[in-house]
Amino acid sequence: MNVRSQLVMVFNLDKCIGCHTCSIACKNIWTDRQGAEYMWWNNVETKPGIGYPKNWEDQEHYKGGWINDGGELRLKGLGKGPTLLNMFFQPNMPAITDYYEPFDVDYANLHGAPKGDDQPTADIVSQISGQKMEEVTSGPNWDDDLSGSGQYAANDPNLADASIIEDYGRIFMQYLPRLCNHCLNPACAASCPSRAIYKRGEDGVVLVDQNICKGWRFCTSACPYKKVYYNWTTGKAEKCIFCFPRTETGQCNACSHSCVGRIRYLGVLLYDADGVEQALKQPDDKLVEAQRALILDPHDPAVQQAARKNNIPDHWLDAACNSPAYTLVKEQGMALPLHAEFRTMPMAYYIPSLSPVIAKHGDLHEVAKHGLIPALEQLRVPLDYLASLLGGGNQQVVAQSLAKLIALRVWMRAKNLGETADPALLAEAGLDETSATKLYRLFTVASYRERSIIPAQQRESEQPYLRKGGRGFGVLKTPRGGV
Amino acid sequence: MADNRIKDKSCCGGRDWEEFYRNRWQYDKVVRSTHGVNCTGGCSWMVHVKDGIVGWELQANDYPQLSGDIPNHEPRGCPRGISYSWYLYSPLRVKYPYLRGALLDRWQEARAQHDDPVAAWASIVENPDKRASYTSQRGMGGFRRADWETVVELIAASTVYTSKKHGPDRIIGFTPIPAMSMISYAAGTRFLQLLGGVCMSFYDWYCDLPPASPQVWGEQTDVCESADWYNASYIVLCGANLPQTRTPDSHFMTEARYRGAKVVVMSPDLNIASKFADTWLPVEQGHDGAFWMALNHVLLKEFYVDRQVPFFEDYARRYTDLPFLVKLEQRDGIWQAGEHLRASELERSAGMEQGEWILCVSDRDGAIRIPKGSLGMRWDSKPGNWNLDMTDVLDDQPIDCALSLLGDRATSVCFRYEGEQDALREVPCRSIKTVNGEVLVTTVFDLLLAQFGVSRGLGGDYPASYDDDKPFTPAWQEKHTGVGRETLLQIAREWGENGEKSTGRNMVITGAGVNHWYHNDLIYRSFITALLLTGSVGRNGGGMAHYVGQEKVVPLAPWTAVAMAQDWVKPSRLQNTPSFWYIHSDQWRYDRNFTDYFKPETGENIPAHAADVNAKAVRLGWLPFAPHFNDSPLRLMQQAHEAGATDDAAVRAWLVKRLQSGETRFAIEDPDAPENFPRLWFIWRSNAISASAKGHEYFLKHVLGAPNSTVTASEVAKDQVTELVWRDKAPEGKMDLIVDLNFRMDTSTVYSDIILPAATWYEKSDVNTTDMHSFVNCMDAAVPPSWESKADWKIFSMIAKKVSELSAPHFPEPFKDIIAAPLLHDTPGEIAQRRVKDWKQGECEPIPGKTMPNLAIVERDYVNLYNRFMSLGPNIAHLGAHGVNWDADDVHADLLNRLPTRSWGGKTYIDLEDERNVADTLLAFAPETNGELAVRAYQNMEARIGKPLAHLAEGSRNVRISWDDITRQPRRFHNSPVWSGLVDGGRPYSPYVLNVEHGVPWRTLSGRQSLYLDHPWYTSFNEGLPTFKGKLPAAVLDELQEGAQDGLVLNFLTPHGKWGIHSTYTDNLRMLTLSRGGQVVWLNHEDAAQACIEDNEGVELINNNGVVVCKAIVSSRIPKGSVFMYHAPERTINIKKSRKTGKKGGVHNSLARIRLKPTLMLGGYAQFSYYFNYWGPTGVNRDCYVVVRKLRG
Repeated sequence: MNVRSQLVMVFNLDKCIGCHTCSIACKNIWTDRQGAEYMWWNNVETKPGIGYPKNWEDQEHYKGGWINDGGELRLKGLGKGPTLLNMFFQPNMPAITDYYEPFDVDYANLHGAPKGDDQPTADIVSQISGQKMEEVTSGPNWDDDLSGSGQYAANDPNLADASIIEDYGRIFMQYLPRLCNHCLNPACAASCPSRAIYKRGEDGVVLVDQNICKGWRFCTSACPYKKVYYNWTTGKAEKCIFCFPRTETGQCNACSHSCVGRIRYLGVLLYDADGVEQALKQPDDKLVEAQRALILDPHDPAVQQAARKNNIPDHWLDAACNSPAYTLVKEQGMALPLHAEFRTMPMAYYIPSLSPVIAKHGDLHEVAKHGLIPALEQLRVPLDYLASLLGGGNQQVVAQSLAKLIALRVWMRAKNLGETADPALLAEAGLDETSATKLYRLFTVASYRERSIIPAQQRESEQPYLRKGGRGFGVLKTPRGGV
Repeated sequence: MADNRIKDKSCCGGRDWEEFYRNRWQYDKVVRSTHGVNCTGGCSWMVHVKDGIVGWELQANDYPQLSGDIPNHEPRGCPRGISYSWYLYSPLRVKYPYLRGALLDRWQEARAQHDDPVAAWASIVENPDKRASYTSQRGMGGFRRADWETVVELIAASTVYTSKKHGPDRIIGFTPIPAMSMISYAAGTRFLQLLGGVCMSFYDWYCDLPPASPQVWGEQTDVCESADWYNASYIVLCGANLPQTRTPDSHFMTEARYRGAKVVVMSPDLNIASKFADTWLPVEQGHDGAFWMALNHVLLKEFYVDRQVPFFEDYARRYTDLPFLVKLEQRDGIWQAGEHLRASELERSAGMEQGEWILCVSDRDGAIRIPKGSLGMRWDSKPGNWNLDMTDVLDDQPIDCALSLLGDRATSVCFRYEGEQDALREVPCRSIKTVNGEVLVTTVFDLLLAQFGVSRGLGGDYPASYDDDKPFTPAWQEKHTGVGRETLLQIAREWGENGEKSTGRNMVITGAGVNHWYHNDLIYRSFITALLLTGSVGRNGGGMAHYVGQEKVVPLAPWTAVAMAQDWVKPSRLQNTPSFWYIHSDQWRYDRNFTDYFKPETGENIPAHAADVNAKAVRLGWLPFAPHFNDSPLRLMQQAHEAGATDDAAVRAWLVKRLQSGETRFAIEDPDAPENFPRLWFIWRSNAISASAKGHEYFLKHVLGAPNSTVTASEVAKDQVTELVWRDKAPEGKMDLIVDLNFRMDTSTVYSDIILPAATWYEKSDVNTTDMHSFVNCMDAAVPPSWESKADWKIFSMIAKKVSELSAPHFPEPFKDIIAAPLLHDTPGEIAQRRVKDWKQGECEPIPGKTMPNLAIVERDYVNLYNRFMSLGPNIAHLGAHGVNWDADDVHADLLNRLPTRSWGGKTYIDLEDERNVADTLLAFAPETNGELAVRAYQNMEARIGKPLAHLAEGSRNVRISWDDITRQPRRFHNSPVWSGLVDGGRPYSPYVLNVEHGVPWRTLSGRQSLYLDHPWYTSFNEGLPTFKGKLPAAVLDELQEGAQDGLVLNFLTPHGKWGIHSTYTDNLRMLTLSRGGQVVWLNHEDAAQACIEDNEGVELINNNGVVVCKAIVSSRIPKGSVFMYHAPERTINIKKSRKTGKKGGVHNSLARIRLKPTLMLGGYAQFSYYFNYWGPTGVNRDCYVVVRKLRG
């Protein structure tokens, strides 16, 4: 047992309001500078939709991630030949047009325009070329809320039946916030010829070393989630850093901090690194369960012992025991990885969302007969759709999660109205009163410090006595003559 | 497996580079502030400052938790708020003062010729060519940078000139929603009120005021804080898209679902909120009322008739007007519902004081009784009876009151429905003896059942079943809503059962989606009925949660005193903006008689044009109007003195005579005469010419005289108005000067004459409250105002100082001013007019404050205007709001020691120069933040209602909140009788729990929640009882030009958007990037295909009001037949030229104009009494149609 600790983010999509506050929190702090304009380390996509960059889920096009090639895991985008031959050409890499052309506005014209015969307005200007753009034609959230639904939502690769998009009785809409998954089997790291990308031992955060990166951009192609970007000013790859300057001081990530829907949960998971490779060799529809099986019980003394052997400190183990991520991912199996079939073993997890009941929509709108809280079969969102996103095609793991949400609501409604709550209802969905109460609390009254349990990093190994006095005087770059 | 890429902590070297990112996450200080935008979010933000520059903001997460049963508030915020820091240093920022070039030239020329700046200004505006040289360039560019000294002098000169030449009531100021930054709001209003200028309302103008709230509750709006959604077990969103427009609050809704609440979303489009629906009902837009009417039909039948629910009936008896008696009146041989029976009509109570304003019930034995709590008991000389006890006021015996008179006798009564046959339905009734003879009476409950078509075996034209297509059955609603009857039945039964099981935890969350229609009051009354019938108002987790533009200035009384300068001068000169702009932007000229789309029965003397009704309303003291008269009030004062009027009473008598004879006229009667123009317009904290200008193109044409107006409508009012003078040539460019304080170049700055650089929300100190939560927040300066910007408070004090200086030769001594103020709610004026009688038509005598406006005479002192602005005046120690008062001399004395002072004229005052001291003043004098004053205010209220209340404030008696407190953490306010909710013990604020739990009456005629409005005008329009009226038909709106039917004609809807808060943020680069990069409209894919419009293609929207050019978003989530333009864009970003006009297209308001509903203009009659932002017609704008076509090809 090779115990590793990983900081994990869980998203309750059932609560996501698609507001994008998270995206801007991230943008303001990390990517609001030249060369990074088009980067959205955190973005939110409307589903159905094709996302950012366009069609990122289509690995037939982008060839990201890993495949199980006759029992061997191999990067899908790289042939069996030596990397060197491909060094100067990235045929599968998204172009700027796949992201969008970042723009600015000539705002100064509004007060600076000379007297004229029509009202002055501010033109759109490309942030790449500096030239005027007649029209904005793409953006990082272009198909927001089913904008251009016929072109975008209808082409969502997870959607088996595109006719749903034009059917008022069946149409649905949900949101998918995305950031780097800080995978256990990161394709970006594996693909980097410079070995600039590494996964931190202490928290599992995947980083691109800005000193070593040479800008080959293999990572950009290899990441199936398209969450590594190329900074055209520095010539280096950049990506979500999981706000490590915040998390290592015990604060939660900016995106999570700012999450107005309160959908995000942060916590430690312990896993067995030795089992990753085998787990990833399972067929697609077994991947979710295989991945879940790798997650270790932090209360298990054997796990704790093995963890200590790997230098995982006690307060990290304590955090693992209290981890909301453990509850949601492992204990309750509510949260599922995004596109497990890309085989990077992503470490962001999603609780699928409920949806309104289906209806007949002709001259009149008549909703399906349903109980006060609708059952699984009556929901608009097709199970196979969610299974494609979150189940590696396995509908059952998605259905289990939704069933728990529904049972929880029905059970709590009874309690709310002072009626007898039937525990059998919970049992059918695989819950009991304790677990239901725990879930209820996490989804509702749990406060900031209960939703995010992030152990800070100890820094004793970093010469703290010296640093205490010298902090901020430059460790990276010492001024000439020294500090 | 990339095992070898894992760098463990022990892994040596190579990790120092990580400081690259760590260095970014470093800052010098964090300052708590908020966003002063009109969103009611009231979110606390931590602004991070690095190297003296604002780097980013993140939410505060230290809200005190209400209780362990309710989710916490953190982290409030939204994508708009978090992008605010972009504005500070962006090229959109207004960095310096600017003037239109031609104006600067004229000013410099004039100043070279005139030493007195006032004379210099006169030389410009009195010369038509000079004046036109800049007014005709409004909106056409050509700004020039100027210095503060120049612009302040020009503005002050214009102010003094206008007041002297035309009167101070020609100087207006517009700023909305004080709660978001109440000191910044107060800056301009305090200046204006000391001057005698006009403060313009906003809540009614925005059409955010729900008139149904004063109609039913006698209350402007009182709603629960969002945390209380969590207590609801059945939530219907009707016209409110919570995640989009209540972003920081919506988690309470999503979380309530896990507590088992059902969520129903009524929305024509598949909006974000519908993602959270258990049941999504795409009700036809504007017709939500039909759904609710049918729901009420089912509710009455199944929960009141087929079966009785004790909880519901008990609630109905105690808290609604359902048991109150109504007289049946015969007209042309047909019985119909008339007025409430009054105590004055019964022999037993004929001599009762205020008996005309006291209502009656029947007990179950048939005796007519007079319960406590009618409005008359609020204003009689014997306090202690104005409460909700169902006790007879004459003998103090309890009343076992009857909801229904069902028994031996029933009479066939006529019920009239729009678009349907009149129905003769039997109603239980009884004949009783009055001092005027026998009358037939029934109860509101009996009328309600008949109105809804629930027969109880009574005869007449009742529907036979749910499937009978008669008002208001489930079958009937199908044709209006598009929702099937089975679905309606299911929801109705769930609604009733939930109300019963949860004892009234049914909630309707509503907003602009339904409130912006012409008949919004009817839609609201339809779901309020459903709430009242289930006992769901005045309970945590229940009630109507109306969220649009609603605001809550928590420290209301001291704030009103400071903002309206009532610490110095009372009353204030306040204006309801819908009437003002309907008249002054000349939109009335294009409006036809409303009787074409809103038809009254004959019998009442109601004019047929909205402008005529408005003129009548002004003269009868129902609504205010500025300017008041066709001459300056200062000059009238002088003339009165010259005519020998020595005291105020004589002046009033002189003026009444002049008005009666017609020698002096109300300005509203001839608004297009130059002497009646508004002349000088201050704009701050708002986008008054764009997002707030309904009928934007009419503003451009008539108010501004901007050359690019695109109005093509016909002046159909010409031969229709009778009360207003028709002038064949409509004026263009009424305003002499428009001054805009702004931090960004929005549409209003582009069209203003002078732009003053305002500090941003991270550069000034202010106080922020909202009704979405119960905390008091600070806005505070993280950095000093950048470039040459200044805080609003500072800017208006500079103008005030200059006005005082320039006044020395023009207004050397204090002088008198006359204010024509309407009959006010919460004053005896609310029982002034038992009948509508018009003194001008000889129906009664003109008596100020009774049959016509109050004529108040106040003193102005311009030379000391600045001193007064900066000093807390003597009236501050005696405050009140909503009819509740308290004294605070001791607080004042204490504060004089605590805060800096300023002395002049031999006296010492609290110095208001520093906004933080203003904040401390507000917090010290408010019962909500000073517990001792809450005790005193409750004690005062106890005396009037005769019930114990002061204990409600005991727990917070010693708690005082200060400015320093709120900079450290959001602080929760306390129980206060100014508000109807209670917040002690960690309870979320919910309105009317004070009424339900402590017997405090609603401020309505009956003292109860009013399902029946007995004013004869409501009877005339068949709106006495809740009813349904649909959208106005396009054909009578005169908005579509000839041949329009060949194009794609769509209903133009402007819901609140995702990428802005009104227009703020819509120009922010973050928002532009995450959306489509500028103005867009949303079209259904089939509609778009019909006009060959593709996604992201340029389109043009036209109607007779104006033109919009933008891009189209084509989406199947939009219903056919409508086009959405999310409120509110700016016409500044990448706007193309129109095919129709050859000029750049406009903004959403280019396609709209307003129509005023005359039943909302009533006054002097119980809850139909004016107050600022409280009662009056609203600026409805949803009943609007446009033609959409491709911009090219």
